[in-house]
Amino acid sequence: MNIEEFIKNIETEFEDLEPGKLKPTSNFREMFDWNSVNALILIAMVNTEYDVVINAEDLRSSKTINDIFQIIQSRSK
Amino acid sequence: MAVFSVNNFELKAIAACVPETEYCNLDYDLIPLKERETLIKMTGVERRRVAKFGITTSDLCQQAAEKLFAETGWDRSSIDILIFVSQSRDFMIPCTSVILQDKLGLPKTTLAMDIPLGCSGFIYGMSVMGSLLSTGSLKRGILMSGDISTVNCSFEDKSTYPLFGDAGAVAFLEHNPNASPVHFNLQSDGSGWEAISIPDGGMRNSASKESFDYRDIEEGVRRNKIQLTLNGIEVFNFSLREVAPNINTLLAANSLSLENLDYIILHQANLLMNESIRKKLKLPKEKVPYTLQKYGNTSSASIPLTIISELKNEISSKDLSLLLCGFGVGLSWGTAILKTSKVICPGIIDYKE
Repeated sequence: MNIEEFIKNIETEFEDLEPGKLKPTSNFREMFDWNSVNALILIAMVNTEYDVVINAEDLRSSKTINDIFQIIQSRSK
Repeated sequence: MAVFSVNNFELKAIAACVPETEYCNLDYDLIPLKERETLIKMTGVERRRVAKFGITTSDLCQQAAEKLFAETGWDRSSIDILIFVSQSRDFMIPCTSVILQDKLGLPKTTLAMDIPLGCSGFIYGMSVMGSLLSTGSLKRGILMSGDISTVNCSFEDKSTYPLFGDAGAVAFLEHNPNASPVHFNLQSDGSGWEAISIPDGGMRNSASKESFDYRDIEEGVRRNKIQLTLNGIEVFNFSLREVAPNINTLLAANSLSLENLDYIILHQANLLMNESIRKKLKLPKEKVPYTLQKYGNTSSASIPLTIISELKNEISSKDLSLLLCGFGVGLSWGTAILKTSKVICPGIIDYKE
């Protein structure tokens, strides 16, 4: 598991995202027009790809793509 | 642990009734067109049926039941049980099933009761009715399930309004000593009750003048306290966490695998969530039918509605092995695995006044 692959997965899920624009340090709320629908899409992708459940609190306490990636890494078996 | 099997009953006939009026989510002008498109893509809900004010779930179920009486030729005096699974009752008091006993012309010897569950309700209802029919003292039952959910949703709440459709479904179940056992796994987690709830109007918080005041919750979410609140992320995570293990536990308990089953019918909650569950279970697309596009989330009617809409020809002409799974409000969830044999299935009818 690496963060480049995580970013690729996000780019696949969010078609509007310009490939290569998203960086580990990017604030995910600014990168894509953040709303509850996008939150669910992200949660679903993380669950399908990594078998990890991230919750509302995780998203609230995260700022960057890397913050979310760290949570996934700490929870994956 | 509520993992159990019920013998000696079978599904004989199934029908559903929906209101005629159809709403299209592409017309939902509270939010910009682009957001509507994203919402439709995520939820899967393109169209949904909406009941006219004053039409109740029992009205829809009554017409579906009449259709089944006509199709099966069942004598009304032969009915022993009537169960009405719904969260949208006709009156606060009394319960709706008893009123329906009279409206349907069922004998006074009928056992009638309500089960106020939502998304999991069809599975729970079948487990209760199946158990009552199992001994053979009671022979025939009518299981109704469904909701008018649209009346509880605020137009100004994009997290609920575009999701729900109204529907009523009816199943005729019968005692049969030669029937294959039906397997159940039923679960509850009340710690999550707030995730899908209507705060005011019950005994805990009686309706007051303030209950009707609209409040801004967040961007695009404005509602009052007698309207439905839905925490999408919590429900989503609950479903991803609980549904697959519930199904796998039941399969393992009966030495079955998903390959043994013809179809897996999930409660029609939302497309992204259901697809995540489907992928988690590694199920091929053709084994998991959907009606979200046409009818939205119809609460406890969604499983029978999907069977009727998508499997009408197969269920009425063939023997099928089905897995049904309902999950949501409560939080409450459950799975049933059953075999069906040439079920009488006249289809989905439009409500006529």
